[in-house]
Amino acid sequence: MSNKEHNRLTVEKTWKLFMGGAFPRSESGRSLEVTDGEGRFKAHVCRSSRKDFRNAVEAAEKAAAGWQSRSGYNRGQILHRMAEMAECRKSEIVDTLMTTGQCSRREAIRETDHTIDRLICFAGWTDKVEQVLGCRNPVAGPYHNMSIPEPIGVVAVVAPKESALLGLTSMIAPALASGNVVVALVSEENPLPGLLLGEVCATSDVPAGVLNLLSGERAELLPHIATHRGLGAVVAGGLSRAQKTRLKEDGVDSLMRINPTMDTHDFEDDAFWTSPRALMPFIEVKTMWHPVGG
Amino acid sequence: MSRIDHSSSQTDSMNSEWEYAPAPETTEVNIESRYGLFVGGRFIASKGRRRFDTINPATEISLSSISESNEKDIDAAVASARKAFRGWSRTKPIERAKYLYRIARRIQERARELAILESMDGGKPIRESRDVDIPLVAQHFFHHAGWCDKLQYAIPGHHDPRPLGVCAQVIPWNFPLLMAAWKIAPALACGNTVVLKPAETTSLTALRLAEIFQECELPEGVVNIVTGAGETGRLLVEHRGVNKVAFTGSTEVGKMIARSCAGTSKRVTLELGGKSPNIVFADAAIDQAVEGVVSAIWFNQGHVCCAGSRLFLEESIHDEFVRRLEHRMRKLRVGDPLDKNTDVGAINSGEQLEKINSYLQHGVDEGATMTQCCERDLPENGFWCRPTFFTEVQPSAKIAREEIFGPVLSVMTFRTPEEAIQRANDSPYGLSAGIWTDKGSKVFEIASRMKAGVIWCNTFNKFDAASPFGGYKESGWGREGGRHGLAAYLA
Repeated sequence: MSNKEHNRLTVEKTWKLFMGGAFPRSESGRSLEVTDGEGRFKAHVCRSSRKDFRNAVEAAEKAAAGWQSRSGYNRGQILHRMAEMAECRKSEIVDTLMTTGQCSRREAIRETDHTIDRLICFAGWTDKVEQVLGCRNPVAGPYHNMSIPEPIGVVAVVAPKESALLGLTSMIAPALASGNVVVALVSEENPLPGLLLGEVCATSDVPAGVLNLLSGERAELLPHIATHRGLGAVVAGGLSRAQKTRLKEDGVDSLMRINPTMDTHDFEDDAFWTSPRALMPFIEVKTMWHPVGG
Repeated sequence: MSRIDHSSSQTDSMNSEWEYAPAPETTEVNIESRYGLFVGGRFIASKGRRRFDTINPATEISLSSISESNEKDIDAAVASARKAFRGWSRTKPIERAKYLYRIARRIQERARELAILESMDGGKPIRESRDVDIPLVAQHFFHHAGWCDKLQYAIPGHHDPRPLGVCAQVIPWNFPLLMAAWKIAPALACGNTVVLKPAETTSLTALRLAEIFQECELPEGVVNIVTGAGETGRLLVEHRGVNKVAFTGSTEVGKMIARSCAGTSKRVTLELGGKSPNIVFADAAIDQAVEGVVSAIWFNQGHVCCAGSRLFLEESIHDEFVRRLEHRMRKLRVGDPLDKNTDVGAINSGEQLEKINSYLQHGVDEGATMTQCCERDLPENGFWCRPTFFTEVQPSAKIAREEIFGPVLSVMTFRTPEEAIQRANDSPYGLSAGIWTDKGSKVFEIASRMKAGVIWCNTFNKFDAASPFGGYKESGWGREGGRHGLAAYLA
């Protein structure tokens, strides 16, 4: 992205990971090239290693209890703040979406708008999840009995190839809204918009470690995801059949909740992606009994 | 009819405690000498020749001969369920409901027979099969009957849910008929068809349920029942014609099933093991808590996946609580499952008894102190284990970490709520948890921090068709019962 404007050399951004609220490089020191549609160099991004992934999970684990215990109202305001910050950086986001030459400006604007609106949608879900997905159960006895959705804990998100930003955000937003903390692998094909989301996050009062973003090679990192016992769930889009199977097999040992087919629902489909069904992969239902009377 | 014989000697002397006279259940229950499979609405012979005996674990006497289903039998059962799916999934929801209501009513009518059969084949006390298992079975069908025509309201945001197809359901031996109901009722309500495999030691009530389906004129093939052991179960869940797998049983087998389904599009729900904590605070109503601990661990001989097998006592009440618990435990009556005064029946199988006994040995070897109930002699035949608790248990001990699936409790202490929470959650399982305190704010705080699917506060081991049941972590995937349980059977 180097170009000269008014005889002044542009200062280029170093694209880094987003982990524990900071922007480190990969511990491996490796990078990947991002090129435009014609193969011209556009940027370097970090090629995350297994160790980076583990570090990110560790950062997320530290943030989990705090994020879960915040009120829905508070989480909602933070997600709304993310949307505010994304709106401010809209032109920048549009540029990153166009980097790889896979979409036109019009399409990029559309995806950006859609992404911001999705954040707004889930900002509103935070204090409604329990009402809509929980209930009091009318048991046949003198007991108060209620089922409450709870966050699973640390969730890994694998972004799809297409909809580099909307796909990623559509999975991250419901995870965060329902009180989970996230380690996300941004789109390998176009990592820049996903990484930019980290910068949005960093200025949105999102507590450190609640969202962690890694760039790198999907095939390299996938085998280390579902085998990590610190995770409670994995959701993914854009995986091959073999990768889906492998991910599910990897998760068997800890019986991790794995949903590798999130892209079954088109990310542009608001009917699904703004509905409570989008929240369901990220919750666990807890049922509480207490005697009444006596 | 029940018979209580008042003429038998009730007392040996004025000095000894009064003993209960035997009060055995005497209703005759007809059991065929051999059973086939239930496929396509008919009882048919297995295509193989292999059979095994199902015994009464309280006497070790054979009750009947059961077929071991082979690959061809599974093919036939799945084909029958597939054929029936076309009609059943298109049956008007209110009509499906009426079938399920009919089944619920018929179960209520035949409750006594089913309870006796359950206790004979499985070893559980008649008091439990009569008062807990069978009423819940009927309720489960009745509750789910009402869902048939309301499924569009079951899953928020999903206004047109569809059935999945053919469900392979594999159930355990601890609540044989109740587990069959937990599996079959929601599957049918959602418009699916079923191939069910009961556990090999407890096939009789499932086969009796098949008779009830016949009586209720449930369309042929909607439910098929194949009997057999682990290999039959494997053939069933791995069958290519199956769309959905639902399993209740051990975590070990659950993982094998999850692995075998990983490369398929089969939907999977698993209700697996547990090592559930039961936390008693010093401010609890102690006598109620003692009763709660008794039902948490000695209900159904401890053959309960959600049994409260780790008791955490606040340190200051440890000695007094253990004293009262021991007093209460010694009052438990172990023996004939068909006796209405029996509290603890027979261990389900010789194999399970061996496993429990090996844990008792481990407990002693690892330095814990073992206390067991009852001076009374146990019956000579059958499989029996005295209700047991261990004190001075190290958190790292085998008996504090592994699921025993027997009447064995590990007692430990804690000093602060924080420590109780941390130790209670320190398990790969997360099925249930018990909390005993009279302080409401503490109930909610602890309950919200337990990593478990079912939290019993000032109670334990309560079940209801309207209440979702299922675990966090390695205790499984999905819920059964209530509105949340329906999601497991809908696309």
